[in-house]
Amino acid sequence: MVLSGHIIGHACAINAGMHATMIQSFGPEARGSACSTTLVVSDTEVLYPYIQRPDIFVVMSSEGYNQYRDELKDDGILIYEKDLVHPKLKKGQASYGITSTRIAESLGRKIVQNIVMLGFFGSVTKIAPREALREAVLSSVPAGTEELNLKAFDAGCEYFDKEFGDAAKGKSGKKVKAGT
Amino acid sequence: MKTDPLGVLTGEHYLDGDYACGEGAMAAGCRFVAGYPITPSTEVVERISQRFPMIGGTFIQMEDELASMAAIVGASWTGVKSMTVTSGPGFSLMMENIGLAAMMETPCVVVNVQRGGPSTGLPTMVGQADMMQARWGSHGDYEIIALCPESPQEAFDLMTDAFNLAEEYRTPVLFMMDECVGHMTEKVVIPDPDKIDIVPRKLTRAKPEEYKPYLVNGNMIPEFARAGDGYKFHTTGLTHDEKGYPVMSEECQAVLVKRLVDKIRLNADEIAKYKEDGVDGADVVLVTYGITARVARMGIDLARKKGVKVGVIRLQIVWPFPEKRIRELAGKIKAFVVPEINYGQIVLEVERCAAGKVPAILVSHMGGGVHNPEDIRDAILEAAK
Amino acid sequence: MSKVIERTIDATEHPISPYIRMDRMPHIWCPTCGIGTVVKCYATALDESGIDINKVSIVSGIGCTGRTAGYMNLDGFHTTHGRAVPFATGLKLGRPELLVTVFSGDGDLVGIGGNHFIHAARRNIDLLVILINNFIYGMTGGQNAPTTPITAKTSTMPFGNFERPFNIPHLAASCGASYVARYTSLHVRRMTKAFKEALSRKGFRFIEIVTPCSTLYARLNKLGTGLNLINYYEKSSEIRNGVDTRDIDISFQDKIICGKFIDEERPTFLDMMHDHYKRTLGDRYVPMSNEGGMIRE
Repeated sequence: MVLSGHIIGHACAINAGMHATMIQSFGPEARGSACSTTLVVSDTEVLYPYIQRPDIFVVMSSEGYNQYRDELKDDGILIYEKDLVHPKLKKGQASYGITSTRIAESLGRKIVQNIVMLGFFGSVTKIAPREALREAVLSSVPAGTEELNLKAFDAGCEYFDKEFGDAAKGKSGKKVKAGT
Repeated sequence: MKTDPLGVLTGEHYLDGDYACGEGAMAAGCRFVAGYPITPSTEVVERISQRFPMIGGTFIQMEDELASMAAIVGASWTGVKSMTVTSGPGFSLMMENIGLAAMMETPCVVVNVQRGGPSTGLPTMVGQADMMQARWGSHGDYEIIALCPESPQEAFDLMTDAFNLAEEYRTPVLFMMDECVGHMTEKVVIPDPDKIDIVPRKLTRAKPEEYKPYLVNGNMIPEFARAGDGYKFHTTGLTHDEKGYPVMSEECQAVLVKRLVDKIRLNADEIAKYKEDGVDGADVVLVTYGITARVARMGIDLARKKGVKVGVIRLQIVWPFPEKRIRELAGKIKAFVVPEINYGQIVLEVERCAAGKVPAILVSHMGGGVHNPEDIRDAILEAAK
Repeated sequence: MSKVIERTIDATEHPISPYIRMDRMPHIWCPTCGIGTVVKCYATALDESGIDINKVSIVSGIGCTGRTAGYMNLDGFHTTHGRAVPFATGLKLGRPELLVTVFSGDGDLVGIGGNHFIHAARRNIDLLVILINNFIYGMTGGQNAPTTPITAKTSTMPFGNFERPFNIPHLAASCGASYVARYTSLHVRRMTKAFKEALSRKGFRFIEIVTPCSTLYARLNKLGTGLNLINYYEKSSEIRNGVDTRDIDISFQDKIICGKFIDEERPTFLDMMHDHYKRTLGDRYVPMSNEGGMIRE
């Protein structure tokens, strides 16, 4: 989750010329249990680094969903792992689900489910150009895993194209929270 | 001189403040680091231990912070630029040898990524409550230099200033980050090595038989000889004369301690580094530093929308305090407002400089998070009345 | 003013005067104190070793022994209480070609500085550590030390010490020191030879010199004058080279087992670091040069 936040931030800040400030949850959470990362993306300098109510909430476990679901803005977007999270949305909230774990398994490594999700997230939100995110994946993953991760990224994008087409549009000035 | 290109990772990076601080140190020529793990500062030495073997640097993880600080003071006597990194509890342990570095006039840099205190406090959460400890933490009279970055980019940039000031004034320099800046990831642009000017160790040219380690000849800063160059000098934490020999007398104490203090105090204007915005003609001036400076800009924008004339002085170097500028402004404005993540520290210094002419109003956050911009706005509106 | 010390010695000068800051004499040590003897033996060892003394640094902490760094005509560092070993560690790592000696008292080295001592030994940092054990905190007035023998009186144990003291050679040996020896300040020739030998070795080398404080320890325990103490060492010390360091505890007015206990070459911290990085990083490894990590114009 932290890596995903880092990649999105990197894509926005380095490859797409925006301001992107990322904060990862720190403490016991970063050591194996539920963890989260928050990202503020803006056309102007980010002055306040924390997020109270995210515009977008990406979640990959029911535990993470239950912990953070109330924070999502009333008109926010939920992006979730379809097999693991069963969302109960408020009126006005939009949602996009993906079977990212199964897709990752079909690619041979469950560990890349976050990158599948990342491709999907980028497609839903259009937060940064697809190529900017793809480049950020390339520069952020461990050497030797580039091909697998790019496949995972593309699979996430393809899932979106197939299931949702051009239905979703992104805006700048987004506050993103991602949790597992 | 231009820095050693080996330490400079030129390019655009997406780094947190701790990593940026580590990169800043390496770019500034730091080649010896001793440290002991402590949240939230550890990533600084993790970054350095990853890169040092490739750039001719030596990192050692010591047994505690007492040892880390002692080791960097020892290393600095070989001329190498040295640094240690810690947070509150470790900073307390380092105070003894920060005093030794001040007394022996040893250039070195100490990074404190501030978390909530006192004691173990809030290990993973932000604080700015070590600012007075930075100024007064070790016993006895001395002056210190302390910097405060507000972003990962500045954590990188100001490290060069920190190392250069340590060399110029032969003093320990404190780099007072906070957990929020330390754990915040943003774009950091690292320039070409030929854009980074560093101050190398100025070695004495005196002949060994004529050299006196603390002779100042009317200057404030003595000439440096490194261990192993045949000078056979002596240095001590005891009160000492120009030969570096212990002298237990009122006279020697007066000469030495006055110079230790004055070499920084009398150069405060030279050392000062701050950014001003909208101060001319302002009714209210904020004095800010670190992460709070950023959040305060939101409060300022909100107050300006209400028609208040508000300016800000953002301190990049907090110690020595820009006393002269604050005194000047005290005669021209209605009030100072000082937001900080503690229960009132730098506000005391602002109040001292304002000398009763105008109030200095504290906007306190007790730690663990940053201010609500609305609270800062409200304090500005109140101060402008 | 500073007197320039020439390396040539005439008959009127003391043989070790080139190694001493004669402009700081007389020293602060009491008559019959053993510290001066140790300094003399160390200077003799340096002289006879033919080492380039420009590359020798001496580091000490606080206390009577702490003053040693200030009296020797070397690059000298009189640091904080207990921190001589980590200070010396930085000095050595900052310029690996230096030969660094730590002079430390028992309170300094294994009281307040105990944690640093065991870790430097564990890492086998390339330091010669000379401990002057006077059984007491001398400079501050005879308080109990981590080396005070059981039943000995000190100013903070006026009814006699009941705490078990450290057996410091055993402590050093069990932490991995590469050279461990103990003598009394009466063993002038053996001590000098041990210093010379240790100067030629690498790694964490530890030599304890037992020399009970001839002022406070002697007075508080009614042991007579400094001369009586020296007679006592003569009578009660026993040379047993290679003996198991577990068996060399010091009891009150009992036998002092001396000799060389450990002399084994082991890779130092820097050896281990260089080897490891060469193996794991290959050509990417850029070691700090032997002349140090200072960046020059």
